[in-house]
Amino acid sequence: MDLILELGAQGVQMILVLVLAPLLLGYTRKVKARLLRRRGPPLLQPYRDLLRLIRKEAVLAENASWLFRSGPYMIFSATWVAAALVPTFATGLYVSWTADLIAITALLGSTRFFLGLVGMDVGTSFGGIGSSREMMFASLAEPAMIMIAFTLALLAGSTQLSYIAQFMLTHSSLRVSLGLALAALVIVALAENARVPVDNPATHLELTMVHEAMVLEYSGRHLAVLEFAAALKLLLYLSLIGCIFVPWGLAPAGSSLASYAVGIATYLGKLAVGGFLLVLLETSIAKMRVFRVPDFLGIALMLGLLGMLLLFVSRSF
Amino acid sequence: MHGTPLDVAHMLAGGMVLVSFMLLYQDRMFALLNVFALHAVVLSASVAWQAHIQNAPHLYVPAAIALVLKGIIIPVALHRVVIRLGIHRTIETVGGIGLTMLLGMGLVALSMVVMLRAAATADPLAREDLAFALSVLLLGLLMMVTRRNAVSQIVGFMSLENGLILAATGARGMPLVVEISVAFSVLVAFIVIGVFLFRIRERFDSVELQALDEFRGERR
Repeated sequence: MDLILELGAQGVQMILVLVLAPLLLGYTRKVKARLLRRRGPPLLQPYRDLLRLIRKEAVLAENASWLFRSGPYMIFSATWVAAALVPTFATGLYVSWTADLIAITALLGSTRFFLGLVGMDVGTSFGGIGSSREMMFASLAEPAMIMIAFTLALLAGSTQLSYIAQFMLTHSSLRVSLGLALAALVIVALAENARVPVDNPATHLELTMVHEAMVLEYSGRHLAVLEFAAALKLLLYLSLIGCIFVPWGLAPAGSSLASYAVGIATYLGKLAVGGFLLVLLETSIAKMRVFRVPDFLGIALMLGLLGMLLLFVSRSF
Repeated sequence: MHGTPLDVAHMLAGGMVLVSFMLLYQDRMFALLNVFALHAVVLSASVAWQAHIQNAPHLYVPAAIALVLKGIIIPVALHRVVIRLGIHRTIETVGGIGLTMLLGMGLVALSMVVMLRAAATADPLAREDLAFALSVLLLGLLMMVTRRNAVSQIVGFMSLENGLILAATGARGMPLVVEISVAFSVLVAFIVIGVFLFRIRERFDSVELQALDEFRGERR
């Protein structure tokens, strides 16, 4: 019976991230439009977009290989697994022993690898530009992510997310190294999700786009799957920041249904606040030139390194 | 002294180091001045917190001075100087930003190692505060070295001096007179430097310090 309950909770988490991801996207678009004093699309618009794309015919380039056709599904499944591993409303779920920060980074790294490949597959110049830029950003964002993982691991003694969240809950205190890790993680999240200072998610201006350039050749269900994966990734980063730095409200392992409900409610609250802060940041700053982005990401790397350095020198930081 | 008061003091001192890095990174004039104002505000919060946890109400005076003088008056004055000089464009740094950042990291590591060894027996609050203060000071020096423009060198100098105040308030028993005189000497320095800026500009039509080197016959 216990096993069924645990599997059920894990299943709820997997479905929850899937259901919430387009809603989060719609929410950020709505808030952004409201901040610009426009009305904005309805909250449920991303679902409708996905449905419309799935119904449409998929057009493939003549020289598209099997990779081009299977790439979107691989990207989507890896992102879904990663998003379902991050503790959203409860820690200690059935497969939480695999929810390792390094494993999640590796999953996201492999999605980036496939995205880079499919961007170049058809041989159009925009795809190639997008892929090369994405790789340039990744070469700085991934080390920064690893540094953040090391900082947290030095502090909590584990890279497993459930354990880290529990540790933060019981040993909650202000720490300089944690502040540095948070700043670094926010920068990495902005870059990974192609949000404003790095890339504009709404742009189709050829010379500035990165993520949109790689998926330019896709249409129909392939595009739907890729956009879904992008929405999942945004949700993943918000829940990652939520579970590490604001772990309050997470239901511990084997708790009652009521505390799971509280966990879900606080999770929704965290997503709403996080999405609002993201949009506030996006509307208050301009997009950077592409060649300034490595500097920006270098700061994330530096902050992660600094946090780790402080922890090595003295554990009280 | 442990627990939350210590953590908050650490956070604020660490925030100073972080803002120092932001100063190093900024290469636009107005953004630089805004970040400098932020530096002073964080300093003021840090000093006020020290006053609170050390039960030293006289420390609120330097906190207020930092907030009013360096958080508001000097940035606004520099803002006007920049507009009058007409140099609100980008400022070039010597060497790339990446290299400067790496050097800054090295300086922070150096000050950590030096302070934690040199003051191993001291109160942990004072020791780690001093380590942060030393890194703010060294980062200010680094900023003065890497910038060519006179106004950004002034900002580097002021941020260095913020590090000095942080160090002075972290250590217990620093007389109030010393702190206040330090704060006012900076204001005097600011006025003198401001006058000199305009004199230099009148003379050389530029506030790039390279022009001075060439005038003295030091050719590169």
